[in-house]
Amino acid sequence: MWLTSKIKQLLMVMKPGVVTLDYPNERPPVPANLRGQPVFDHQKCIGCGGCSDHCPSRCILVRDVCQELRVMLYDGSRCTYCGRCADICPEQAITMSNSFEIACDDKDDITTRMELFMMSCQRCGRCYEMEKTNAIDRINLKGFRYDNLEQRALIRKTSETFSTELLKESDNYQRPSKK
Amino acid sequence: MLKNLCKRMFKKSIWVYHCNTGACNGCDIEILNILTPFYDVERFGIKLVASPRHADAMLISGAVTRPTLPLVKRAYEAIPNPKLVFAIGSCATGGGAWFDTYNVTGGVDKVLGVNYYIPGCPPRPEAILYGVALALGLVDKQAAPVELKQMEFPIDMYERNEAWEKRNVIYELLK
Repeated sequence: MWLTSKIKQLLMVMKPGVVTLDYPNERPPVPANLRGQPVFDHQKCIGCGGCSDHCPSRCILVRDVCQELRVMLYDGSRCTYCGRCADICPEQAITMSNSFEIACDDKDDITTRMELFMMSCQRCGRCYEMEKTNAIDRINLKGFRYDNLEQRALIRKTSETFSTELLKESDNYQRPSKK
Repeated sequence: MLKNLCKRMFKKSIWVYHCNTGACNGCDIEILNILTPFYDVERFGIKLVASPRHADAMLISGAVTRPTLPLVKRAYEAIPNPKLVFAIGSCATGGGAWFDTYNVTGGVDKVLGVNYYIPGCPPRPEAILYGVALALGLVDKQAAPVELKQMEFPIDMYERNEAWEKRNVIYELLK
C-alpha cells in the first residue's frame, strides 16, 4: 500500500520537474507594482519636507544648513518602503524604483543626500520653497486675508456669490481685541 | 592543512540559526520562504539548525526589544567562532518605524556586530538570497551612497543676466 502511494508521489513530483529558481544566475522580472528603493530627483524637489512629515519611520531628515541651503537626508536603513513619500510628493520627485537588491555590509550604503537651494523668508530667515506656498499666500489664494497675524484672525476678501448676510457681518465686523 | 580545509568548507556549508527578536513574523516567513524548493537555499549548503551551538551564522529579524536583548546576546555568545550575523528586514537594520520607541534598542547593530544588512519590509526572498550570495562572494554589492546637489541658482537674475549677455553679443560684434 505504502509502495503504491510512494510511486504515486514520485509520478506527481516528476510531472513539474525541477522548480528551483537559480537565483543569482537567473533573475526573473520583478512584478510591476513592486516598491523598491525610493529614487529622489533633486531637480524636481522643492524641499517642502512633506515626505519627511509623512514618513512612518522618520527616515527622511530635513536639515537647514544655512539660510539658503537645505539638506535632505534619506536614511534607507530603517525605511519600510511603504511609498507614502512618493504618494505625497507634490512634484513627483520621489519614485519607488524596482531595485530590491540592496543588501550591504555598511549602513551608509543605502543613504541618499540631497542639497537644495532654497529661498529664505525675509522675516524669520527660514527656508521655504520657491512657489507661493507660504501660509499667507495660500490664505490669499483661498480668498481670505489675515486681519491680525498674531491672533491668526482671518477675514474674507471676496465671496463667490454675493450674500447680504456676509455684507452685514463685514459692516459690523469688530477687530479682535486683546483681553 | 586542516585549517585550510575548514576555511574552504566554511563557505560551502553554513549552518544558520534563526533568531526572532521581536519581529512581526513577516521577515520570518520570508526566511522560511527561501528554504522552500523554489528558492532552495540549501543549494548553497545553508541549513537551518535549532541550536546556536551548531550554527555558523545568525539570521536576526526584528528590532531588538528590551526583554529579548539579554537572550540575543547569550545566543550570539553561544555561536562558536568564526561567526556571521545577518540583520534581515528594516527593523533589524535600523529599527524600522520603532527605532526610537521606549521598548526597543533600535537595530541589531547597537547590540552586537552585524556583518550583512538586508533591508526591506519584509525583504523579498530574492533580496535575502542576494544578501546570502553577497556574503558568499557570488555577487557584487550594488548599493552605494548617493549624493545629489542642485547646481542651479534659485534666483532667475543669473539666467536673465546670461540671456542679456547672449543677446548683447551681436552689439559687441557691431562695435
